[in-house]
This record gives sequence, C-alpha cells and structure tokens, in this order.
Amino acid sequence: MKRTFDTEEKIIVENNRISKDGVEWVINPYDEYAIEEGIKLREEFGGEVTVACIGPSEAEKELRTALAMGADKAILVEVDEDELQGDEHTTAQLLASLLKDRPFDIILAGNVSVDNGAGQVAPRVAELLDIPQVTTITHLTVDADQNKATVERDVEGDVEIVEISLPALFTAQQGLNEPRYPSLPGIMKAKKKPLESIQLGDLKLEQQDLAAKTEVVEVFLPPEKKAGRILEGELEDQVKELAHLLHSEAKVI
Amino acid sequence: MYSNVLVLAEVKHGHVRNVTFETIAAARTISADGQITAALFGTDMNGYAEELIYHGADRVVLVPDAALNQYTTDGYRQALLQLIDERQPDAVLLGHTAQGRDLSPRIAARLNSGLISDVIEVKMSEGKPEFIRPIYSGKAFSRKRAKDGDGPLVVTVRPNNIPVLARDVSRQVDVQEIPVEIKDLRTVVREVIQKTSEGVDLSEARVIVAGGRGVKSADGFKPLQELADVLGGAVGASRGACDAGYCDYSLQIGQTGKVVTPDLYIACGISGAIQHLAGMSNSKVIVAINKDPEAEIFKVADYGIVGDLFEVVPLLIDEIKQMVH
Repeated sequence: MKRTFDTEEKIIVENNRISKDGVEWVINPYDEYAIEEGIKLREEFGGEVTVACIGPSEAEKELRTALAMGADKAILVEVDEDELQGDEHTTAQLLASLLKDRPFDIILAGNVSVDNGAGQVAPRVAELLDIPQVTTITHLTVDADQNKATVERDVEGDVEIVEISLPALFTAQQGLNEPRYPSLPGIMKAKKKPLESIQLGDLKLEQQDLAAKTEVVEVFLPPEKKAGRILEGELEDQVKELAHLLHSEAKVI
Repeated sequence: MYSNVLVLAEVKHGHVRNVTFETIAAARTISADGQITAALFGTDMNGYAEELIYHGADRVVLVPDAALNQYTTDGYRQALLQLIDERQPDAVLLGHTAQGRDLSPRIAARLNSGLISDVIEVKMSEGKPEFIRPIYSGKAFSRKRAKDGDGPLVVTVRPNNIPVLARDVSRQVDVQEIPVEIKDLRTVVREVIQKTSEGVDLSEARVIVAGGRGVKSADGFKPLQELADVLGGAVGASRGACDAGYCDYSLQIGQTGKVVTPDLYIACGISGAIQHLAGMSNSKVIVAINKDPEAEIFKVADYGIVGDLFEVVPLLIDEIKQMVH
C-alpha cells in the first residue's frame, strides 16, 4: 500500500518539487481495491491479511485505515523520502527484501499509484521474488485445493481470462470490487491491531542496492490553458460553427 | 546517447500498432546515428518487418515462436531477456500499453535497470537523453534522466504523443530470425473477450467522445457511440457515469481510470471534476457540451456549447456526415 494525495488535490510546484503542505492523504485508490480483495479472500478461505507500506511515519494513519477495513496486521518500512532519494527500483528492492522471508500465498497491489503513475513497483517485486503475476485484474477466483487462481484482466478494454499457479502477485484494476468503508467497531479494533515498524537498517540491504537508477531533473506544471470560446446563437448554428471550427481552425476532423 | 537501441514491436488487429512507430521515433531521438533494432514476437509476422524499417528501424529481428502468439508475462519475459542477452542493447524501448506496462518492470528488475515509464516526450539536453512523463495523471510533469545503471535503460512510450518518422520505402530491409527457448509458463490465457468496439482503443484513439452523468443512462451513450463512429474514435466516460452504472469501468477517464491525450476530446454532459480533468486536459482540442454554463469543463475547453447533449450530439453527427460527403 502507498499513501497518496487525495485525487481532489491541486498540485503546487515549489522549488522544483511538489508541495506537500496541507495536503489530504489517502490510501492510493488502486491499493484500496487490493486491500479489499485481500480481506474478501480471508473471509472466504481464512488466513491472514498483512498490509505493507514503504513511507514516512505519518503513513501509520493510512495503515490504521486499512486495519479498520479489516486487515489483520500492518508493516511500515519507515523511510525519509528526502534522504533516500529513491526511485521505483529502490521501493521494489525494499519491498522484496521485506517479503522474501515472510510466508505468503498471494500478493495484491494496486496496478498503479495515482501520484507517480509508473506502475512499476508490483511487477518489479514479482520479478525479484521470482513469482508469476497477472496485472490489472478485475476478477479473482482462487482454487485453494489446486493451488491456482483464475482471473479476469482488463487489457485495454478487452477481457483476458488467465489461469495462474500460486503463489502469485496480482495488481488491481478498477472494477475488481467495491472497497468497504471502515466501520466504527472496525476503527476501534484497528487501534489494537499489530503495526510493526521497520527501519531501513533492519532490512538486509546495502546502500548500493537502494541507489536510484533514474533521477528527476525537473518537476513542472502544464501550461495554463487559455479560456476557450463559448459559442452563441441558435443551437443549429452553433453546431454548424463548431463543425467548421474543428475542421478549418483546429484541423482535427 | 545510446548506440544500440532495441524496440519491442506490437501487432494488433493485423497492423503494427502506431505506438510502435512512435517508439521507434523516440529511439531515433536518443540514438542519433546509432542502430535501432525492432523485435517482432510470434509466428505469422510476414509484412510487418518492412513497415518497421520504413518507419525508422535499421533492422528487424523475428522471434517466430508459437508460444509468443499470445502475450504472457513469462513467455515474453524469457524471449526479451534472451534477445537482450544476444544483442546487448544499451536501451530497450516499449510502448506504454497493456503489454509494455506488464512486461517492462519485470525486465528492468531482472537486469537491475532503471525504467522510465509512460514517456510523452524525448529530447537531448547537453548530449544526454531526457524523458518527460506525466505525474499526478497529468496535473504535473517530471523530466527524468537515467543514472548509471547496471543494465540497459528501459523506457515505455505513451501512445499518441511522439510524432512518427516519415515513412520511407527506400530504406534497406534487413531482417533476421533469432530462436529463443521458452519453457515453464506459469500462466495460461484461456480466453480473450473482445469488448472494445471497432477495435479503437481509448489510449490510442485520435478522437474520444466521453459522457458523464448528464448522459443519464446506458442508452444515453448510443448517440455518443454514433458520433465516435462517424469520427473514427472511441467512447469514454467520467467516473460519475461509471459509478452510476451507465457504462463499464474500462471506459473511465480520469486520475483513477485512463489518462488520454487524443487530438479531439468531446465531453458530453461532464461537469469537469478535477480528477476527470487530470485524465483528459492534455488533449489537443477539447469540446465541451453541457447544460450548465458554470460547469468546470468549460474552463479547459477550446470550444463550448451550452446546451442539451441529446439535442447537440445528433445535430453534430448530421453536420459531420455532411462534411464528410
């Protein structure tokens, strides 16, 4: 799970970086689908759902929300993002190192984060753990006896039905489920659920394993859009004018 | 500057995908006079190699293995890793498509490489390739560079953003076959259900007609589909329309959902919530049709009509049909 800006937030760039001042944080919406799916699997098959997050200590708030939804345990690998200067490679290294000695049947993640939007970390982790994956899934059926799963995945609007052996990693696409809201008893219980905090030094990684492979040179906003033209007159005439403008001025039809 | 760039080509519905030509153009920018090799996976690839060369590839390698006729992560991963081992490229470029998004992180992780995803512009700055990509779904952008990695740099290129090179049929066609070994596939694709109409995919569509809550029902999307068909485009939707059950989530455009940059975006009955704007406001030309003159969508629109979409859209269909004739 990653914590991200609420999607309603405006983006402000200050000193060549995105300002985090006064921002509302949420669980990355795609990760919310992943958490919900994990809880549904536990409700069907038993077992345990652990939510793992790489982030600052403040991410405890979003982890508690995941626990209030119904996850059993949480792990926060506490990092100072300014100090770490990492990229997707760095995050994947941290997660793979965290997960490789822990037992799991299924890893669920969002297919993309709504902030960085690269969609790299989960498949990178699957590769580092040497397990198969299906990305952008919209339906998951687990056959526990056969130790396999059948999934539907969204492929640019078409649906692929894929069978996969477990353990495996899946990334959630919108439509997978409807994430539940934490209930009041859920919120009360979440306060007592285990939340393990891990420091960088606790993971068996060298500095060179974490060094970013890419760097951001500049962060900038899109050019301000000029106000457009609201057409006027009789509706028929407006439509005629629009078609004409699209053809001869904008040259898009 | 890269001297040896590998591009993984994609074929869909019997054509090389346009994003592949755009990716070759990106490869040319970062390689100058270097070699661009395009790879085609699967049997029955006759005729496609020439198109890749005409659009700027220097050579094409065919990997004619039946196991690659359907994309699987494991199959393509093994084939591409073997090809990289064989050709030793210093950069590997893919389309930022369903396939490229699924495959590229695994390749980068295996090679201990950097991956710059979803690139919309490539340029050289002081002799170094730089890549621009959207963040926060296009609310902002970041300009990125590779650091010294262990493996080749991996890049995915977003469809519809980088101009393709002029098609040049005088280019020398150089095609060779490279066999690979593919084994132990851990996934099996049982079925592919085609849901996209007319084969126009949202991410690659030149024209998108999108509907919001104002469309009022699943039936309300029919005139939008008709307009999209007339324009050779695809239909999209706002979160509001998807949440209301008027259409499938696969059509959703926005910060959750797809981010699109067509030449023409026609927003019908969409109010323009910030999370929707993030997904479409970098479209080249935006038309807004909405009953509410105060709707936020008009602030990003190039042209706006204040009116009922159920009156405007049919009129627009007729008008465009007349223009075409």
